[in-house]
Amino acid sequence: MEYYLQLIVNGLVVGSIYSLVALGFVVIYKATKVVNFAQGELVMVGAYVCFALTVQFNIPFIWAFLLTLAFSVLLGLAIERMVLRPLIGEEHISVIMVTVGMSSVLKSLVQLFWGTQIKVYPQVLPTEPVVIAGLPVAPVYIAAFILSAVLFAIFSVFFKYSRTGIAMRATAFDQQAAQSMGIGIKNIFAMSWCIACIVSAVGGVILGNINGINSHIGHLGLKVFPAVILGGLDSLLGAALGGLIIGVLENVCDGAARQFLGLGGFREVAAFIVLVVILMIKPYGLFGTKEIERV
Amino acid sequence: MQGKCGLFFTTYEGEAQVFQSGFQKLVIGLFLVLLCVAPLILNTHQTSIMNLIFISVIGAVSLNLLTGVCGQISLGHGAFIGVGAYAAGQCSLHGVPFPLAILTGGLITAMVGMVFGVPSLRLKGIYLAIATLAAQLVLEYVFLHGGALTGGSNGLLLDPPSLLGFSFDSEGRMYFLLLFFAAASLLMVTNIMRSKYGRAFVSIRDFYLSAEIVGVNLFWYKLIAFGVSSFLAGVAGGLWGHYTGYISAEQFNIGLSISYLAMIIIGGLGSVLGSVFGAVFIVLLPEVLNALANTLSAFLPDISQYIVALREGVFGLVLILFLIFEPEGLAHRWRLVKAYWKLYPFAH
Repeated sequence: MEYYLQLIVNGLVVGSIYSLVALGFVVIYKATKVVNFAQGELVMVGAYVCFALTVQFNIPFIWAFLLTLAFSVLLGLAIERMVLRPLIGEEHISVIMVTVGMSSVLKSLVQLFWGTQIKVYPQVLPTEPVVIAGLPVAPVYIAAFILSAVLFAIFSVFFKYSRTGIAMRATAFDQQAAQSMGIGIKNIFAMSWCIACIVSAVGGVILGNINGINSHIGHLGLKVFPAVILGGLDSLLGAALGGLIIGVLENVCDGAARQFLGLGGFREVAAFIVLVVILMIKPYGLFGTKEIERV
Repeated sequence: MQGKCGLFFTTYEGEAQVFQSGFQKLVIGLFLVLLCVAPLILNTHQTSIMNLIFISVIGAVSLNLLTGVCGQISLGHGAFIGVGAYAAGQCSLHGVPFPLAILTGGLITAMVGMVFGVPSLRLKGIYLAIATLAAQLVLEYVFLHGGALTGGSNGLLLDPPSLLGFSFDSEGRMYFLLLFFAAASLLMVTNIMRSKYGRAFVSIRDFYLSAEIVGVNLFWYKLIAFGVSSFLAGVAGGLWGHYTGYISAEQFNIGLSISYLAMIIIGGLGSVLGSVFGAVFIVLLPEVLNALANTLSAFLPDISQYIVALREGVFGLVLILFLIFEPEGLAHRWRLVKAYWKLYPFAH
């Protein structure tokens, strides 16, 4: 039993990072209807930039973290302006493939600068585990969980109450109507890419503090799909819950497969098997908007 | 149908022909002759590149039938090719003759493809893309953990194919075998596209509701599209497995799916000729990069290691640039060039 409890706790931590990455994904999808296959690579870039600032330039961690966020804003602006804007109004497959192309470019740039070896962050938090309900949990895990929860709270408030947040929701709902009410659609698009880059970078920094980073972190981006489909492609709450559920689910399935079937590496597919089932039963996820079609 | 200038049809049969003018037949014939004598001129390395191109052409044209013509995005095509490779490989290992093994591989892949095509009735666009992505990852897992059926992480070792006692054990001999299969697949897809099925596929791609209203059974035709496309993918996989002689799970990862999607986008969605252009382009891209690295390393000794790191990036960059500046692909550019010469020296 304790084995599974441990699995669930680990799943929640990994899941909170999935939630963060899923949040970026949902923000982009909500405002621009672009499905971003480069989400994992945005995480990777954020993680490497923060690593470079702390280790190679010896900047204190907290400043490096803030500088990483600033860099993420610039990256988001650059991506939106150079890559996505020319493709407004193109077909699904073109937009998907342009983000796929972007992911290979980002990945190879990171490999060019930092190589493929694993890099370890300097310890920021104490390593002594904290005991919660009889289970030892590393402080960095707790920090990860709290940080994602805080970010989610901030963005929920942002989307609900701030002028910009409301404008973004309006754009998501009906682009033409929003435009005729004087909302600058292009700014909204740029802003959604910035937000996506920021939350991904935060996820990357957390991940780097937990496991270290290498150029395969981008693979994480694939894990986001089950999470957002489960939650609903355009729901913030869905992203949060979907990430946590998928995180727990894949950890528990992996543990169970290891214990009962002797299968290794089940973690990689458990989420995707669930994904196919969800798509068949409830294609719009738990909180997604149903697209109603009438003839 | 686009006819040549001054070409008039007097019968319906004439209009429906694949090759419409005598000149076109002559050019295609000459090109085929050129392809047949090519291995006499090319060295082994160049022949092997041609062989890779032939296999990629089959894979690309099959994906183009599904994604370009029928509009069903598939991110799992690499895994389907893998299913064909494993199925045909297992048949060969159990003593089934080569043509039958390829056929069986194709049929098994068609069945797997149709199973993963079932969600296409309920899912469209991005949702379908993600469902096929799931298919890709699940199949990859099966390849790696399939026990004796897939050889697990050791993979399968295959002998070169042989037909009636004649063994295709060199690049030059494989060349003709693969050329035959590539030409047959191109002809097959061309013919599917001008049949009732092809028109149904296009109508589904353009607008599924009006397709349904004019009597196209969406589920059936989408399933057929998945089936035929996966069949050809399986054939490509079977040939690939027999050609390289070794099948392992990591050959059929998501990267393969993406490079096939890149082929049809760079070549031109929904165009048979575009599939060929795309396959040639994507197969030649790393070769050109290698040549470039070799040339540059004479001046800058360190550059080659960077070029290796940058290869994936160049691939992505080419994809992005094509999508931004040439979204209709090389096939469209080819049509423009032809139109230019048709009108030359008058611009209009």
